[in-house]
Amino acid sequence: MPRSKLSQIALALLLSAWATAHADSVGARVPPLPKYQQECAACHMAYPPGLLPAASWQRMMGSLGQHYGTDASLDEASVREIGGWLKAHAGTYKRANEAPPQDRITRSAWFLRKHNEREVSPAVWKRASVGSAANCAACHGNAAQGSFSERDIKIPK
Amino acid sequence: MHILTSLLRVLVLSGAALGPLVHASTPVEQLAGYTTQAAAAAQPARGQQLFTTRHGKDWSCASCHTAAPTVAGKHAGTGKVIGPLAPAFNPERFTDAAKTEKWFRRNCNDVMGRECTAGEKADVLAWLLTLKR
Repeated sequence: MPRSKLSQIALALLLSAWATAHADSVGARVPPLPKYQQECAACHMAYPPGLLPAASWQRMMGSLGQHYGTDASLDEASVREIGGWLKAHAGTYKRANEAPPQDRITRSAWFLRKHNEREVSPAVWKRASVGSAANCAACHGNAAQGSFSERDIKIPK
Repeated sequence: MHILTSLLRVLVLSGAALGPLVHASTPVEQLAGYTTQAAAAAQPARGQQLFTTRHGKDWSCASCHTAAPTVAGKHAGTGKVIGPLAPAFNPERFTDAAKTEKWFRRNCNDVMGRECTAGEKADVLAWLLTLKR
């Protein structure tokens, strides 16, 4: 077998190993939308669209004037652009195909299961360094890049 | 060619109709726009008062921007860091009129339950411009 072929196989193996190790990378393959970063991440982390189903995103984009206690209203063109992108990349796999109560990521069944009392002690949530369950990056250092890999978890004091 | 000229005409006309504020790209120009709209001189002290007190709701402007917005603040809900608001301490501030309008609209609604008047915006911006290094 020619050497170049061998190195190609080695590379493919490496890549697939990397992909397996990063199975919790919910946002890694989604092309980023600058407008989403600019508008939504001005107030909070740019939550990967795969964490909610399309129905939740659609409701949210239709009610930005009352967005979890604040006015996050946007011009129509931005709503259309961001809404279309969220819909295209919304969660479809088993974890995220059901709209959670109030369309909150943190009320999703999978979220509650992954963050139950055995996984995260109730005292952790009360730390000032965590603040709220919506603050993914408090423990998931690479959350903003869409990676929630176990290896990246560091629970702050 | 005809299409281009008529397009240009539409752009020029719509710009003129929206007033001087739309193209204001410095804090001083934006202040001038709001002062013109309010037809009254801005009062920085009144702006500080508006900024630092609550208006019947949970948050004041200072809840997120701090009472001395020469330093970074923190979103009262999410904890996200918010850069200083005073232009002398953050040159990006008040350089995009549409952005200024968007945030006044949202934040006045959160703090006061209504949009701010041009006079109120002028007061707040005039006060922010008194904060120097």
